[in-house]
Amino acid sequence: MAAHSAVLSMSKIINPFWGGRLGNTVKCCTLSSMQLITYEMLMLQPPPAKYGGRHTVTLIPGDGIGPELLNHVKEVFRFSCVPVDFEVVHVNSALESEDDINNAITAIRRNGVALKGNIETNHTMAPSVKSRNNLLRTSLDLYANVMHCQSLPGVQTRHKNIDIMIIRENTEGEYSSLEHESVSGVVECLKIITRNNSLRIADYAFRLAREKGRSRVTAVHKANIMKLGDGLFLQCCREVASGYPDITFDSMIVDNTTMQLVSKPQQFDVMVMPNLYGNVVSNVCAGLVGGPGLVPGANYGRDYAVFETATRNTGKSIAGRNIANPTAMLLAGCMMLDHLRLYDYASMIRNAILTTMNETRLHTADIGGQGTTSEVVQSIMRNIQSKGPLTTDL
Amino acid sequence: IVGLGWFGMQTVTLIPGDGIGPEISSAVMKIFEAAKAPIRWEERNVTAIKGPGGRWMIPPDAKESMDRNKIGLKGPLKTPIAAGHPSMNLLLRKTFDLYANVRPCISIEGYKTPYTNVDLVTIRENTEGEYSGIEHVIVEGVVQSIKLITEDASRRIAEYAFEYARNNQRSSVTAVHKANIMRMSDGLFLRKCREVAEGYKDIKFTEMYLDTVCLNMVQDPTQFDVLVMPNLYGDILSDLCAGLIGGLGVTPSGNIGANGVAIFESVHGTAPDIAGLDMANPTALLLSAVMMLRHMGLHDYGNKIQTACFDTIRDKKVLTKDLGGNSKCSEFTADICRRIQDLD
Repeated sequence: MAAHSAVLSMSKIINPFWGGRLGNTVKCCTLSSMQLITYEMLMLQPPPAKYGGRHTVTLIPGDGIGPELLNHVKEVFRFSCVPVDFEVVHVNSALESEDDINNAITAIRRNGVALKGNIETNHTMAPSVKSRNNLLRTSLDLYANVMHCQSLPGVQTRHKNIDIMIIRENTEGEYSSLEHESVSGVVECLKIITRNNSLRIADYAFRLAREKGRSRVTAVHKANIMKLGDGLFLQCCREVASGYPDITFDSMIVDNTTMQLVSKPQQFDVMVMPNLYGNVVSNVCAGLVGGPGLVPGANYGRDYAVFETATRNTGKSIAGRNIANPTAMLLAGCMMLDHLRLYDYASMIRNAILTTMNETRLHTADIGGQGTTSEVVQSIMRNIQSKGPLTTDL
Repeated sequence: IVGLGWFGMQTVTLIPGDGIGPEISSAVMKIFEAAKAPIRWEERNVTAIKGPGGRWMIPPDAKESMDRNKIGLKGPLKTPIAAGHPSMNLLLRKTFDLYANVRPCISIEGYKTPYTNVDLVTIRENTEGEYSGIEHVIVEGVVQSIKLITEDASRRIAEYAFEYARNNQRSSVTAVHKANIMRMSDGLFLRKCREVAEGYKDIKFTEMYLDTVCLNMVQDPTQFDVLVMPNLYGDILSDLCAGLIGGLGVTPSGNIGANGVAIFESVHGTAPDIAGLDMANPTALLLSAVMMLRHMGLHDYGNKIQTACFDTIRDKKVLTKDLGGNSKCSEFTADICRRIQDLD
């Protein structure tokens, strides 16, 4: 953690008015005994609001539908007088140099929180040009990707009553980007599983399950084939599970998991898994609850948090046509507000979104409706105006 | 496509398997007899034995039979936990170099699932990729698994996929990959697919990311036709598609090897709890046998048997327990045989 923010957090601890929801975890300590800062406090501290109680958040528009959706987020936030300022950092995916993404990473280190669209990876370029999104995640060590899939009553789907939390290891596994061509025509790609990261993600999963009152955690793996790699992951999950006797732990092989997900998704509660299986399972679950336009996702690290849509689509084919579904990005914005501890604003906007989705039933094309993006956003803002405390003019 | 043998009858190696294997194999034999299919069965056992040099291998008479007949039909095999020998499927795959795993997933009318009108085929590279089995512990607590992608294997599977599409009147082939992350390995796979696609201009070729395929598959599976992919993605996606149509109990599967060898199999387990009780569902093995007939060019017989099977299931009068009824396996089989004779 940067020294600057540590000092600021120290001053917050000493301030007697700090606390609120987390007051009971605060240990009173002096400046000389910073070691007494508990792990919980370090984890749950949002970045400090610097000037006038306003937060600064990095905004990375990305490609495809990212820019237009993030504009809508800015619009809704300004309308609702949310005390967040956005620092926009553009990343040009067509360039080979990594300066753009390094600037973005520096900005996120500075602000602590980011909201981003997906940056396209042009895989016709040389393999040394790595995926920008992946670079961001690994540089900032955003080790946990969390996604909450819930059936929404206003959306028609084949399966009902789905409520699954997916926690996916976000930095290693198959996404280590370590490849080489030892002999011409033979390529090796390394999948790395480490004990530390597996313990870390399992611990995160169990803590989150306990915090949200969930009863079961399922580890998804393929340890019958990858005995050492996924075997290590599974073993780490079991070790962590033994420290949480109130939560049931079981495991399932990934191909069986996908089969169960399309026939009986209601059996799953919390799922934890390495990187690639997380990619598959999170996309399957997003499809089950209604599609990529509905589910927000969050990437948490020890010091930083980046929010985006759960399925990370660029949406090139629907970009600029005003038909994209703004729900996922707006809900990601609400998750960000929760992270910044602006809970009232978050629930106000979230309720407005869900009202538009479930009661007004104004849907975009991807969930079977005929509304445009702007119509949905306008409806959300009208909803906020009718219920919220203070808004600017529509 | 294999030519017809002596007296117009083609010999096929039959491996009944364990558990419910023998009863579903005899059900399939009965149905083939009713359809008067020109197939002669040669039963063999493939329990692993230790050969010279201490290496595990399948019995020599089974290998000789397969090499001679080229076509095999296999029931479920038990993988004992502490037997010391590797899984039987792995052994068969290595022995005959079965490089392509083909799973057609077609919605079965009468066996309702939330997904309708599914009609796709997953073709999975079966020899390399993530299942190469090469793993090392680098230091304590750090494990590396190696995913191997070679030019030859990728070209071979792509060629098979396009050949299959052409022979079965399929209009498009989609390559499934993650080349945005695994740039070199999946990039190589994709390049080979593109190269092979150049030689098959009558078939539409598209590429799609694995996550996009998963996302679209659970929302609208009707948009997919033939999918070709490396080993791990194939494993996950083929089981996902099997789940769409009703599970492994109704899904056929075929393994294509080099040298013209092809083994068709049911992919469900041995179900030891219902073995010998005449309760098993032979649909998976039967549909695999239909796949086998089509592979051999005997499309008429294949269509006849498939129609009879689907009609029986659609009628819902004599379904086995896993399909929602409470009839016996023999009753189910007899009903299909009767329908075949009526169709003649």
